[in-house]
Amino acid sequence: MKKSINIDKLYPILSIVTITFIWQIIVDLNNIPKYILPSPTDIFLALKSDFNLIITHTKVTLYESFVGFGFSIILAFILAIMMDSFKIIKKLFYPLLVISQTIPTIAIAPIFIIWFGFGTLPKIIMVIMACFFPIVISLVDGLEKIDNDYLRLFKTMSASKLQTFYHLKLPYAMVHLLSGIKIAATYMIMSAVVSEWLGGEKGIGVYMVRAKNAYALDKVFASILVIIIASILTIYTIDFLGNKLIRWKSEEKGV
Amino acid sequence: MKMPLPTISYHKKEGASLITLKNIEKNFNNIKVLKNISINIEKGEFVSLIGPSGCGKSTIFNVISRLIPQDSGEIYVNGTIGYMQQKDLLLPWKTIMDNVALPLTIKGVDKKTRENKVKKYLPIIGLEGYEKNYPSQLSGGMKQRASFLRTLMASEDIMLLDEAFASLDSITKSKMQIWLLDMKSRLNNTILLITHDIDEALLLSDRIYVLSSKPTTIKKEIILDFNTANKKERILSSKTLKLKEEILKVL
Repeated sequence: MKKSINIDKLYPILSIVTITFIWQIIVDLNNIPKYILPSPTDIFLALKSDFNLIITHTKVTLYESFVGFGFSIILAFILAIMMDSFKIIKKLFYPLLVISQTIPTIAIAPIFIIWFGFGTLPKIIMVIMACFFPIVISLVDGLEKIDNDYLRLFKTMSASKLQTFYHLKLPYAMVHLLSGIKIAATYMIMSAVVSEWLGGEKGIGVYMVRAKNAYALDKVFASILVIIIASILTIYTIDFLGNKLIRWKSEEKGV
Repeated sequence: MKMPLPTISYHKKEGASLITLKNIEKNFNNIKVLKNISINIEKGEFVSLIGPSGCGKSTIFNVISRLIPQDSGEIYVNGTIGYMQQKDLLLPWKTIMDNVALPLTIKGVDKKTRENKVKKYLPIIGLEGYEKNYPSQLSGGMKQRASFLRTLMASEDIMLLDEAFASLDSITKSKMQIWLLDMKSRLNNTILLITHDIDEALLLSDRIYVLSSKPTTIKKEIILDFNTANKKERILSSKTLKLKEEILKVL
């Protein structure tokens, strides 16, 4: 069982290595200039020479992402609990949430920069705008899907609203919530980078714009690589923590 | 005074039956579901409500346990109620111990006291050593027994069992019925059972109320005063067959 999982993990690695190899050969054989398409070796060298600078910028991006992500979770909890407790709040705000998702990031980010400057604040707001929606929707849906028989059971035990929430609703919604959080985690670094790209002083997005303007495509690719690695690590961490939270789910499979 | 508000009509009355329902009526969307239901349950009795599925049997339980108010009539309950539904409704994220102790947790009993109390009962219901397992690791019958114990933790006076065994396979079901008889004699509590299984009702009960389909009324009350000491022997009794025929006629 364990062995097959390890082999499964090897497949994507194999395809990545193959594609990288073909990429390198194509660039080398055709003598494609660096400012059109850098080879994997060029990208690696650029990453090596600019490593400290890239890391400094990445730290800013990660800071914006995680602060935004954290706020999204807190706000999502507050709104979801209010929506679940008072149906009127849900009727008032649920459609607004959906509408908010149709606003293009590219259009709204410059407005935030005008309002809040070139610092980290407008980026954090953008991250919140991207992450808040999947988290709150998954939590609201999770809270709503609870079997009525369970609610009746808690009523017959004369449980208070808070006890029902703590013992029943929250754990029940946890599985849904985690899938929302995972989706949000894939958005968070990307939306921070996009809003940095549109104007800022620090961050991997800012670095990329500068590199692009200098036609240093190897540096652009190097930063993309760093963003991918950071995103994957984040998703894995959240996945790991999430599975710890719903340990009972994996025990279920174990039998 | 004969027609008090439903909220005040639910109160204790000294020296009376454990549960008394007087002329209970209930409508849902102008459709009469319960019509003139009068029931009384004495302490220590095992009473079954039998009727076709889809009649308002569960509504009677919901009224008794105050989940829904009645439209008219009076209810007296002298004691606390534990309500066990058809599904086991164990919380999959809690261990058997935490599931069973849940009513005590909600009452605010501290961890040590409630675990000691549950541990006392675990061997009786045959779940000793399973307290750290999750519900998904247990068989259907075991889950139902855990659910039974949770109901008992909610109340040691009165148990309402709403088709508690209907979701089990027939072998597990008959095992559970025998087990329930054994439980009943050990605990000496009061059990009110809803079922649509005539054999089950005849095997377990001291008294049976036969209900009609909607609007639900009480068609017949049957007192089973034979083989009370060892109800298991009823299966072979000719009286049982006669009563079965009688109930079938009424239904």
